[in-house]
Amino acid sequence: MQNEKKVREPLFHIAKRPAIAWHKAWGIRALSILAALIFAGIVAMALTGENPLAIYATMIKGCFSSERRIWMLLQTLVMLLCVSLAVTPAFKMHFWNIGAEGQVLIGGLATAACMIYFGDKLPPWLLIIVMVICSMAAGAIWALIPAIFKAKFNTNETLFTLMMNYVGIQLVSYFVIVWENPKGSGHVGVINQVSQAGWLPTIGNQKYMLSVIVVLALTVFMYIYLKYSKHGYELTVVGESENTARYIGVNVNKVIIRTMLLSGAICGIAGLLLVGGTDHTISTTTAGGRGFTAIMVSWLAKFNPLYMIATSFLLAFFERGASEISTIFHLDQAFSDIISGIILFFIIGSEFFINYQIKFTKPAKEVK
Amino acid sequence: MKSMKKIVAIVLAALLVVAVFAGCSKKDGGETTTATTAKAEDTTTIPADFKVGFIFLHDENSTYDLNFINAAKEACKELGIADENIIMKTGIDESNACYDTAMDLVDQGCKFIFADSFGHEPFMIQAAKEATDVQFFHATGTKAHTEKLPNYHNAFASIYEGRYLAGIAAGMKLNELKDAGKLKGETAKMGYVGAFPYAEVKSGYTSFFLGAKSVCPEVTMEVTFTNSWYDEAAEKDAANNLIARKCDLISQHADSMGAPTACENAGIPNVSYNGSTVEACPNTFIVSSKINWAPYMKLAITNTVAGKTTEADWTGTLETESVQLTEINEKAAAKGTQEAIDAAKAELIAGTRHVYDVKNFTVTVDKDKNVNAKVDDKGNLTSYTADVDDMGDFKGDTEVVKDGYFHESEFRSAPYFDIDIDGITIL
Repeated sequence: MQNEKKVREPLFHIAKRPAIAWHKAWGIRALSILAALIFAGIVAMALTGENPLAIYATMIKGCFSSERRIWMLLQTLVMLLCVSLAVTPAFKMHFWNIGAEGQVLIGGLATAACMIYFGDKLPPWLLIIVMVICSMAAGAIWALIPAIFKAKFNTNETLFTLMMNYVGIQLVSYFVIVWENPKGSGHVGVINQVSQAGWLPTIGNQKYMLSVIVVLALTVFMYIYLKYSKHGYELTVVGESENTARYIGVNVNKVIIRTMLLSGAICGIAGLLLVGGTDHTISTTTAGGRGFTAIMVSWLAKFNPLYMIATSFLLAFFERGASEISTIFHLDQAFSDIISGIILFFIIGSEFFINYQIKFTKPAKEVK
Repeated sequence: MKSMKKIVAIVLAALLVVAVFAGCSKKDGGETTTATTAKAEDTTTIPADFKVGFIFLHDENSTYDLNFINAAKEACKELGIADENIIMKTGIDESNACYDTAMDLVDQGCKFIFADSFGHEPFMIQAAKEATDVQFFHATGTKAHTEKLPNYHNAFASIYEGRYLAGIAAGMKLNELKDAGKLKGETAKMGYVGAFPYAEVKSGYTSFFLGAKSVCPEVTMEVTFTNSWYDEAAEKDAANNLIARKCDLISQHADSMGAPTACENAGIPNVSYNGSTVEACPNTFIVSSKINWAPYMKLAITNTVAGKTTEADWTGTLETESVQLTEINEKAAAKGTQEAIDAAKAELIAGTRHVYDVKNFTVTVDKDKNVNAKVDDKGNLTSYTADVDDMGDFKGDTEVVKDGYFHESEFRSAPYFDIDIDGITIL
C-alpha cells in the first residue's frame, strides 16, 4: 500500500473566496432559487405527471387566488418573520439560540394560563396587558436561563437552548392535561369561546391584521436596534470578538444576557400572537417548527431584518404553494416538506458557492 | 432537528404507505358495500357543479384518517361526484388552520364540508357561524346538539357494538388458548393500548372487554394510555410492555401500526381497529371493528343537495352499516368465531342483547372513582348521570341507565360511557 501512495493531484480543490461583490453574491442566490424552482418542478412533474407550468401556476394560485389566501400567506409570513427577528440579535452576537421553538411555546403557555385563570377576573383591557407582560416575561426567562449559564459558566448554548425546547414541550403537554376539555381527551379546546376574554382585538375586521402590524413594527425596530443603537453595536462586537469587546470596555456577560432577554421576549410575543390572536388554544404543535425554520430565514438574510421579509416570503410561498399542489394533485402532506427541503438545500448550497470557489486542477493527463 | 425529523418522517412515510396499503388493500373483501341508507340518493341527483370539501387531521398514513379518506372516496364515487369537485385537505391541525381551511373551502365553492377530528370542532363551529349557506359536518364532536346551528352537525356510530363483537372473537381465542393449555398465566388476561383516557376510548375498551367476558367469564384486562393518537413508537412499546406482563391477547385504540406490529413480532393474537391489518400481520390478526363513514357522508351530501335538514347529532349503527367488522382471519381466529359473532350481532340488532347490560359487570364507587354512578349491593349499576351536554363543566346532567342497561350513544352520538368497571386495571 505504502508504495502505491504517490502524489496525485485531485481533480479540483476548494478555496475560500475573497469577498465578492454584492451583486455577484445576489446573482448566485437568485440563480439558486431559480434552480430550486426548476428542480422542484421536475420532482412535482415526476410525482403528478403534470407539466411544470401547471405546477407553478397552482403554487401561485394557492397563495394569491383569493383575498383570504393572501391573508393566510401574510400570516404564515409574519409569524415566521417574528420568530426570525427574535433569533437574529442572538445570532449576530454569535450566540446560537436554537431554542426559539421552546421560547415561543412558553410564551404561548403563559398567554393561555392568563386567559384561563384571569379570563373572568380581570377587565378585558387589563387582561390583555397582563397577557402581553406575562408572555414576554416567560419567553425572556426561557432564554435567560441558558444565557446566564453561558455568561457565568461558559456552557454550550447550542445544546442548552436545544434542551430547553424539550423542557418547554413537556411543560406544555403537562398543562394540556391539566386544562384539557373534555377530561382525558388531550385537547384544551378553544379557550373562553363564549366570553372571548383575552382574545386579542381584530383590527379592521381582519383577523391577521394585528399580527401583520405588530411584526412589521418589530421588523423596523429590530433594523434600527441592530444598525443604529449602541446595544446593536455592542452585540455585534461581542459576536466578532469577545476580547475586542472587553478591550473597548463592553461588559460581555451583560450584553449576552441583555440580548437573550430581548430574543426570548420577542419569541414570547410570537407565542402571544399565536395563542391570544389566532388559535385561542394551545398544544405542543402551536409553535409548529417555526423556531427551527426561523434559523434558516435569519441566516439566509444575513441577519438583516429587511432582507428577512424576503426570505420569510420565500418560505411561506413555498409552504402554501406546495400545500395547494398536494391538494390539487392528490399528494400527501409530505410533499410540502419535500419541496421546502429542496428549496432550503439549494439556497444553503448557494452560500457555499458565495463563500468558496471550486478550482479545477490545471490540465492533467488523465482527465476524463 | 426539525429538518432531521422531516427526513426521518419522509422515509417512514414512504415505508408506511407501502405497509398500510399492503395491510388494507383487501379489507373490504368480505363486506357488502351496497348502500342501505341514504335512500334519498335515488331521487336526488347531484348537480354537476356541486363541490364537496373534506378536512383530515393526518394523511393516509394514519389508519384513522385512511378510514375517513376511503369512506369519502367511496361516498363520492357512489354519488357520482366528479374528481375535480372533491377537495381533500390532509394534515390540518386542530387549530386556527382548521378554520382557515374550512373558509378556504367555502371560498372555492364547497357547499358541503366535513372534518374528521375531535379537536377540529370549535373551529368548524366558528366557520359554520360565518358561512351560513354552507353545511358543516363533524365526526366525533359533541357540541352540535347544544350549539343548535342549522348548518352544523355531529355524527358518530355505535362503535361500542362493533367493539363488543370484536371482543367476542377475542374471548373465543382466549378459550381456545386455555383449552390448549397455552395461557401465559393462571387465567386469561388481555392488554389494551389506548390513546387518551376519556369516554371515546373508555367506552371502546369496556365494550371490547364485555364482549370477551360474554364468552370467557374469567377474563381480566390491563389498559395503558399513550396520550397521543398517533405515536408508532409509544404504541409499540405499550404493546410490548403488556405482552411482557403476560397478556394473552392485545387490542388497541390508537391510530398507528405500532401495536399490531408488536403483536405480529411476538406472535400474540391481536384484535385491531379502523381496518384490517391482516396483510401486515398474517399470523396474529383476528378481526377488526371499524366505523364505516360512507353511509353518513352519502346521507349528509344528498341532504345538502336536496336542501333537507340533517339531524344535529346522528348515530350510525350496525343496521345502517356504519358499524362493521372486517373479514375474520381464519388463521388466527378460534373455530366458530364467525357463528358466535353473527348470533350476537342479530341479538344486538333485535334489541334482545345490550352491550352495557348492568347485569354483565360490576362497578366500584368511592369518593374519587365513578362518582356519578350509583350501584346496588351486588355492585351492579342502578344509575349514572353522564356529561352529555359537554358544556365544559364536567358535570353529569343526564340519567343514562334505565331498563336495565346503560344507554350509550342515544342521548348524543359521541360516546359518554366513562365508567371504570371491575376487572379492568389501568396501568
